[in-house]
Amino acid sequence: MVAAAASAQSKVTVITSTEDLASIGREVGGDRISIEAMARGYQDPHFVEAKPSFILKLQKADLLVAVGRELEIGWLPPLIQQSRNMKIQPGSQGYLDASLGAAILEIPTGTITRAMGDVHPQGNPHYWMDPENGKRIAKQIADKLSEIRPADRAYFQQRLADFTTRLDAAEQRWLAQMAPYKGTKVVTYHRSFPNFAERFGLDIVGYVEPKPGIPPTPQHTLDLINEMKRQNIKIILVEPYFDLKTPNAIGRETGAQVLVMPPSVGGTKEVTDYFKLFDYDINLLVEAIKKSGAK
Amino acid sequence: MRSACAWVAAAGLLVGSASSASAQEAAAVRQEIDQLRRDFETLKQQYGDRLTALESKLAAVEGAAPGQPPATPPAAAQPPVSQPPAAPPAAEVPSGAAGAGGPTGALPVYGSTVGGAKVFNPDIAVIGDFLGAAGHNSVNPQPAFEMHESEASFQAVVDPYARADFFLSFGETGVELEEGYATLTALPGGLLTKVGKMRAAFGKVNTMHNHVLPWTDRPLVTLNLVGGEDGIDDAGISVARLIPNPWLFLEATGQVYRGDSDELFHASTPSDLSYVGHLRAYQDITENSNIDFGFSAARGHNFAGIVDGTDRGRFTTTLYGIDATFKWKPLSRSIYHSFNGRTEWIWSRHEQFGGTQATWGAYLSGDYQVARRWYIGGRLDRSGVANDAALVDTGGSFVVTYWPSEFSQVRAQYQRTNYGIGSTADQFLFQFQFAIGAHGAHPF
Repeated sequence: MVAAAASAQSKVTVITSTEDLASIGREVGGDRISIEAMARGYQDPHFVEAKPSFILKLQKADLLVAVGRELEIGWLPPLIQQSRNMKIQPGSQGYLDASLGAAILEIPTGTITRAMGDVHPQGNPHYWMDPENGKRIAKQIADKLSEIRPADRAYFQQRLADFTTRLDAAEQRWLAQMAPYKGTKVVTYHRSFPNFAERFGLDIVGYVEPKPGIPPTPQHTLDLINEMKRQNIKIILVEPYFDLKTPNAIGRETGAQVLVMPPSVGGTKEVTDYFKLFDYDINLLVEAIKKSGAK
Repeated sequence: MRSACAWVAAAGLLVGSASSASAQEAAAVRQEIDQLRRDFETLKQQYGDRLTALESKLAAVEGAAPGQPPATPPAAAQPPVSQPPAAPPAAEVPSGAAGAGGPTGALPVYGSTVGGAKVFNPDIAVIGDFLGAAGHNSVNPQPAFEMHESEASFQAVVDPYARADFFLSFGETGVELEEGYATLTALPGGLLTKVGKMRAAFGKVNTMHNHVLPWTDRPLVTLNLVGGEDGIDDAGISVARLIPNPWLFLEATGQVYRGDSDELFHASTPSDLSYVGHLRAYQDITENSNIDFGFSAARGHNFAGIVDGTDRGRFTTTLYGIDATFKWKPLSRSIYHSFNGRTEWIWSRHEQFGGTQATWGAYLSGDYQVARRWYIGGRLDRSGVANDAALVDTGGSFVVTYWPSEFSQVRAQYQRTNYGIGSTADQFLFQFQFAIGAHGAHPF
């Protein structure tokens, strides 16, 4: 009895692969959990180093939340394996792949090969960039926490309902902000924004990368410049962890603005949680679109 | 009268709360309907796009198979939003998706009649290592061109208690089991246990496969003191445990092997086991940099006492090693710049007829990533020779590596080696590596 009471009061230790998942988890888990992300929002989540210090964090975790869709394939599997923690092994109760309940875009059909670059065979993993998926992630985390700590189910579910309501309201606001600019054509560096573009009505017509994970080539950059001139595209979105040299050169040639747009919480110092991520990105976009007058 | 009033009040309260509850419920239902409507719209759009794509595909193949339904039923093309992950057909899940660790545990192929068995296939990958050499080396001559190694890996989860990793190394003429072991993940006491054939936890380079080395070859100290290219690689049991402490990552590993390792250890009787111990300490210095220290020891019987097929000398070799690795990688530009500095020092005590030969060797290396695809590096070598402490080989290398993508790598290395027996080798080494199959973990 005493042990049960003590464990009911101790916090659930949650480790997430990215800061986005940690921010959403924090909303749902409140003060009944301690939560920490491994990757920082300003680093490329495909290329995180499998540092032994992460093993120590995973060793003590009750729950591991991953983005999935092979985003973390280069670094998370060896960490899980060395964690010596049965609770968080894939298939165990304490392992949550948040993509399984989310709407995933760009799932390749037919044959895929690496001639297409570093394609994600299970679809685009940047799905958290749609608040609708944010709610789905929150629901999965709340359900998982309730499973791990049944005594706190009502608490988690209540916080989930509260988060969903607030996110709904914020989403309406963001949609309204973006509504006048529906269909604005943009170019992005990597394929990090398909979910965002679909939700908020951007039309992504090209990428600075010739293929996913392949750095810009002169020929591709030239083609892209011509295409941008032809279609009068005035905005280039770049994730904070990419070099700005090529985007800036394209910007000079085409007159397009280069926006460093964080795809993750923590991507810049202003973006401290999931709400501020969209606040920041949408303000950035709206200001830039107004300035360019392009559509 | 009073009780009647109370009843009326209570009833009023009940009705009130019921009506407010139903209002809340209605709002929730409305919200849910809105959500479903939005989801449905998204789905409709996606299916529409897909149908169009399929129709055009169908039009293209029409005539070839009239009346045949398309191989991919459109309903299975996209996973329905917020439904259990049962949608994409097995045929479209790439091979190698079923593995350990990643988000593949719940791959959406369960129940599929097409690829139900495939989902349990291990992750398979092959890494080719092509070497070229020009120049002169009379001590350790190398062919002009060589398909040095083709490493095939098979990795999967065995059951809830274990996973298995196999690495088969195909040379141009033969096959060798480089590693093949099960890792038991469910043992109590935080013990990470491996059973099988594996590269021993002696220092850093000994644990690394050829394709993750930052050079085309291995350091002189590995070749001279740790048994040649394969190093300590033997069948046995390994147990590793984290040592809890509030300051740093500390891991102790103990390993027992049969006692046969290339030219280093040799077991004349089943009891001639070899032993390896390793202590690793790791600490983040900042978010961008970290340091890794290791202390290793190994002991086993050697070949020196064998006369006419009988081990008359019963000699042993004992090795001690220390290693240190410094890594720097600025997180916000982690794909463009990084630095690895590494050194290992190894002391050898080799018993043989005429007395014990005690010598040592070391290397010091650095690799700097100058751009996303480019690395430059160098290595300084110094090593005694295990069975003749009077001989000392020294050398130096300069390395340039280019990665066309994450899956291939081109490397050029200029190397000068001064051998203790009095000859000098100047060589230009070239390497092309390429990987197909499952996406492996990036080496740390």
